[in-house]
Amino acid sequence: MPHEFAIEFRNVSYRLDGSRELLHGLRFGVQRGETLVLLGKSGSGKTTSLKLINNLASPSQGDVLVDGRSTREWDVIRLRRMIGYVIQEVGLFPHFTVERNIALVPKIENWPSQRIAQRVRELLSLVGLEPKLAMRYPRELSGGQKQRVGVARALAADPPILLMDEPFGALDPITRAEMQKEFASLQKRLNKTVVFVTHDLREALLLATRIALMEDGRLMAIQTPQEFLKSEEPFTRAYVAAFGSDLRS
Amino acid sequence: MNLWQFMMQNRLEVVELTLEHLWLVGISTLISVVIGVPLGILITRWPALNKPILGGANVIQTIPSLALFGFLLPAPWFGERADRMAIFALTLYALLPLIQNTYAGIKGVDPAVVEAGRGMGMTDRQLLFQVQLPLALGVIIAGIRVATVISVGLATIAAAIGAGGLGEYIFRGLAMVSNAVILAGAIPAAILALLADFGFGLLETSLTPKS
Repeated sequence: MPHEFAIEFRNVSYRLDGSRELLHGLRFGVQRGETLVLLGKSGSGKTTSLKLINNLASPSQGDVLVDGRSTREWDVIRLRRMIGYVIQEVGLFPHFTVERNIALVPKIENWPSQRIAQRVRELLSLVGLEPKLAMRYPRELSGGQKQRVGVARALAADPPILLMDEPFGALDPITRAEMQKEFASLQKRLNKTVVFVTHDLREALLLATRIALMEDGRLMAIQTPQEFLKSEEPFTRAYVAAFGSDLRS
Repeated sequence: MNLWQFMMQNRLEVVELTLEHLWLVGISTLISVVIGVPLGILITRWPALNKPILGGANVIQTIPSLALFGFLLPAPWFGERADRMAIFALTLYALLPLIQNTYAGIKGVDPAVVEAGRGMGMTDRQLLFQVQLPLALGVIIAGIRVATVISVGLATIAAAIGAGGLGEYIFRGLAMVSNAVILAGAIPAAILALLADFGFGLLETSLTPKS
């Protein structure tokens, strides 16, 4: 029986080796196929929460459940290979071609080479890159192209879950808007469970099924974008006010 | 007798000593790569070993080379043959740049690249061999380059314990008070050092991933 939530935080706290607590008693679930946006200021604990899901960090208290099983019980390599991971700095391997970068997980999962080659072609077109870019090196790509490759790499082995940590944060505003729109339409087709970290409210409103607002390591509220805009809660209103009055249009 | 006449008259011996010199440097550098690179990797994995290993390699550097040869003379097996002692000592001296550069090279890999690899489920071994070592290769080669150049110079001292090499001429020339004989050892040694520097420099450039 599939578990109700794809990802669930059960009273999760996190502290870094005996220093102060960074996350306090987080409880929330991420439904299958939804895009949950973790929204908050720098230092609010969004990225740390994300890393708890693929076990790049582990909770000091409580459990993070993926497919109903605690990350403590998962084989960490298996867990990570079913979770795509996209970060702001992209982190493409500079000594690999675009093709080898995208093929990373299929290759370490020992897919046959023909299937890998076909998958790379599929993914390039999925993220809107020309096939001829496959042989280029990351240094020969623009920022937007790099992040497209980053997204393609994360999707390569068709993981059911996708974690994205401010993936469009380093891009120029025009490229960013373009990538956001494309990702929104891509997500409609792919139906992945996505956890997306951003501090940009506009981005959150555009992409989110639900928005989880975080502050100082606490979850303040989880709301749909419509609820978020109408909310009377002071911290939500403060966030909306900071982004100006044109958001409702 | 001037330098040129001396070298022409003894050209076979010059070649022989040069080859001997190359052998001492080559073997010791090779051994120190085989030991130093794994040690450098080890201390990126177990930071607790960082201080003792780098500290130890540092202490070795502070021992004067002549004194080290002296310590080795009574040692079993090593003390029996001069070339063993020389290779052992040269290996020890080459360890520091190798350990240090391997460590720095791996630590210098863009953290975002490592995080992406880890986040996608690469094992530590895959990360090391497919990502960190290839990206650190240029820095590791730079370590080998430094070690080799230092080694070419140090190996001249090995002649003091009878290990051969171009140091023979330097010590002989000192005893004979003959500049020509000293230079017959010093100049080929300097040329070897420059060639090693140039050769490894080319290798370093070609193996450093562009970014």
